[in-house]
Formats: sequence, structure tokens, C-alpha cells
Amino acid sequence: MGKFQLITKGLIKENPTFVLLLGMCPTLATTTSAINGMSMGLATTFVLILSNIVISAIAAYIPDKVRIPSYIVVIATFVTLLQFVMQAYVPDIYETLGLFIPLIVVNCIVLGRAEAFANKNSVGDSALDGIGIGLGFTCSLTVLGLVREILGSGSAFGFKFIEGDGILAFVLAPGAFLALGYLIVIFRKLTTKKAE
Amino acid sequence: MAVQSSFKNMTICLLAICLVCSGLLAGVYALTAEPIAAAAAAKNEAAIKEVLPETAVTIEEERTVDFEGASYAYNLAYDEQGNTVGCAINVSPVGFGGPIVIKVGFDVNGVICNTKVLSQAETPGLGAKCVEPAFSEQFKGFDPAHKNLAVKKDGGDVDAITASTITSRAYTDGLALAAKVFQAIGQTPMLLNDTLVIPSEVEETK
Repeated sequence: MGKFQLITKGLIKENPTFVLLLGMCPTLATTTSAINGMSMGLATTFVLILSNIVISAIAAYIPDKVRIPSYIVVIATFVTLLQFVMQAYVPDIYETLGLFIPLIVVNCIVLGRAEAFANKNSVGDSALDGIGIGLGFTCSLTVLGLVREILGSGSAFGFKFIEGDGILAFVLAPGAFLALGYLIVIFRKLTTKKAE
Repeated sequence: MAVQSSFKNMTICLLAICLVCSGLLAGVYALTAEPIAAAAAAKNEAAIKEVLPETAVTIEEERTVDFEGASYAYNLAYDEQGNTVGCAINVSPVGFGGPIVIKVGFDVNGVICNTKVLSQAETPGLGAKCVEPAFSEQFKGFDPAHKNLAVKKDGGDVDAITASTITSRAYTDGLALAAKVFQAIGQTPMLLNDTLVIPSEVEETK
């Protein structure tokens, strides 16, 4: 597999949200608007790249039976570091993202990539894999957030283009499931056609 | 791939990882504790300035007042001549998704100057709209003595947020509580020396 493919596979072939169906909890919870979805995606990408790099570097020294607890400790450490640093130096961004950051620890994409990719591959490849999967996750969350924002609030990226309220259900949990379901259908339709 | 597991190497490995990680966290915590506290203090001060009249120049250190079994934090503010111009009170009514922490600014006559949400966990897109000016603007210059601090559905003078009556009620109840706390602050003799006088409580002055 070429280096370039390591990045692009995260966008389409192994898209974490629409194909692997990983990390559904933060996906459904945080995509109430396009900005929220994108922020969550970027924060996750940051942790994913760092944890992939560290885990691929130390995987060879970790006994097999304690690898999962070790990975979780590494991931949780990065998340907490990120939280401290953001709180101290970019309090405004922390304000909007604060709620989502601890959620990254329980995001199974991060642990999933550690287990499925980083512990078997080189540091460089793992970093690229982190970038690819992270970008895929960010794009999917942004699209899902955008759809829900347009339908639910009549705005896109915070710019209101319809007066009044939209279909409120799309901002709430049921709308998240509906929008996600239809987006998966559309994504499957588009990608399988391409494969033929 | 990974090495063969034995009790000894599993223990050592986990211990080493935890030690390194906790060391890292402790270091970063020590480095960032000060900027985090500074950022929080700056945010609090900005919020106080925002809810008080523009004439407020000096803001006094935070004090607390006990009212009906609970304790409330508040700051008094003075203008350039040292006259009391207002008072910012923190209240945290319980909304749909937990407490909504609101800073409420009053002028010396007990009229609400402005309000600001410090933290909330209301439903995004619905109750979370309580931070937007469309809702909070209506409280600027709201006089609890002459208008009813309750949502219109309950016979009051406050426009609720569409489909978020619980949040709107909580917010309004919080302001009504703050108004009562303001009266209570006015009754403490210490503050009457600071010329924060409430006409209705004159008989309490001795």
C-alpha cells in the first residue's frame, strides 16, 4: 500500500463513520451543528495521530496480555494533556470544545486504530494512518453536523439562511440517528458504484 | 510483534507506563495551573464588567451572602468617586440538563442591568439558545419591582425560548432568586454603610 493511500483510505474505503461504523457515541452526540462536528473531528484527529505514533513505537515492548490497558493509559494521558493545554492557552476554543474532549478517551476509533494498525506498523505509517482516519472522521462529522444544522436550525456553519426554527427533531437525538442512517445509505450507494 | 507475557514483565510494563504518564501529567498540570486560574479569573472579571453599569470602575473582591439556607457569591462595584453603582450576583438554577450558572448584574435601585450565562448544559439548538442575545436582551433594564419575573405562559412578562419552556423557566426563576438575594444583601448593615440602599428596606437600617 502506498503512502498516499494510507491517507486516502481513511476518507472513503475505511471511513470510520460511514464504513467501519466506529465512534458512534461522539458522532451522534456532538454533531448538532457543522462547527461542533468539525471541532470534535479535529480534536480526535490530534489525539489519534499522537497515540498512533507513541503506540507504534512502544508496541514491541509491551507484553501481549496488558496491551489494551497500556494503550488506554497512553490515550487518556494525551487527552488530559490536550485538555490542560487548551484550557490554559486557548480558553475560548476550550469553552466550545470542553464538553467533547473527555469523550475522546472512550472513542473506539482511537483504540481501534491502535489495536488494528499502530501496533503492527512502523511509526511513520501509523502517523499517516492517524492523519487519514482522523480526516475521514472530521469530514464525516462535519457533513453530518451540516445536514442536521440545515434541517434542524435552518443555518449552515452558524450562518442563518432561514428565519425561525427548522425541524427541531434533527437537533435532538432521534434526528441524529435518522440523518446518520440516510447518510450511510447515500455513502454506500456512491462508493459501491465506484467499485464496479 | 509483542513479547511473551509473564507476571513479571506485565507488572513492570504497566508500572513503567503509568509512572511515565502520571509524571508527564503532573508536570503539565504544574505548568498550566497558573494560566488556567488566570484565564478563569479574567473570564469572571469580564463577565462582572459585562453585567454591571458602564460607570463601574473598581470591582470589589468576591463576598458571599446567606439567603434561605444557601450561600451566594457576589461582587460590589464602585464608580470613580467611590459610590456603589451595582452588584453582580451568581445564581445557578437547575435547567433541563443541569445547573445553569448565571451572573446577574443589578444597579443600586435593584433594576437588572444585564445577565450572562457562565456555564450551562442545555440541549444544543433548543435550551442552549438561552445564551443568545435574542433571549437575554429582554432582561436589560428589567425592573423586578414593577414587572413579573416569570415566563408569559405562567402569567409573567418574559418571552420564553421556543420549545424550551423548562430552560426559560429555570433562567427566569434564577433571576427572581437573584433579585431576592439582592434585597437580602441590602439588608446587611455592613453594606448599608457602602450606600447600597434599597428604599423598601429603610426600616431595617438601625
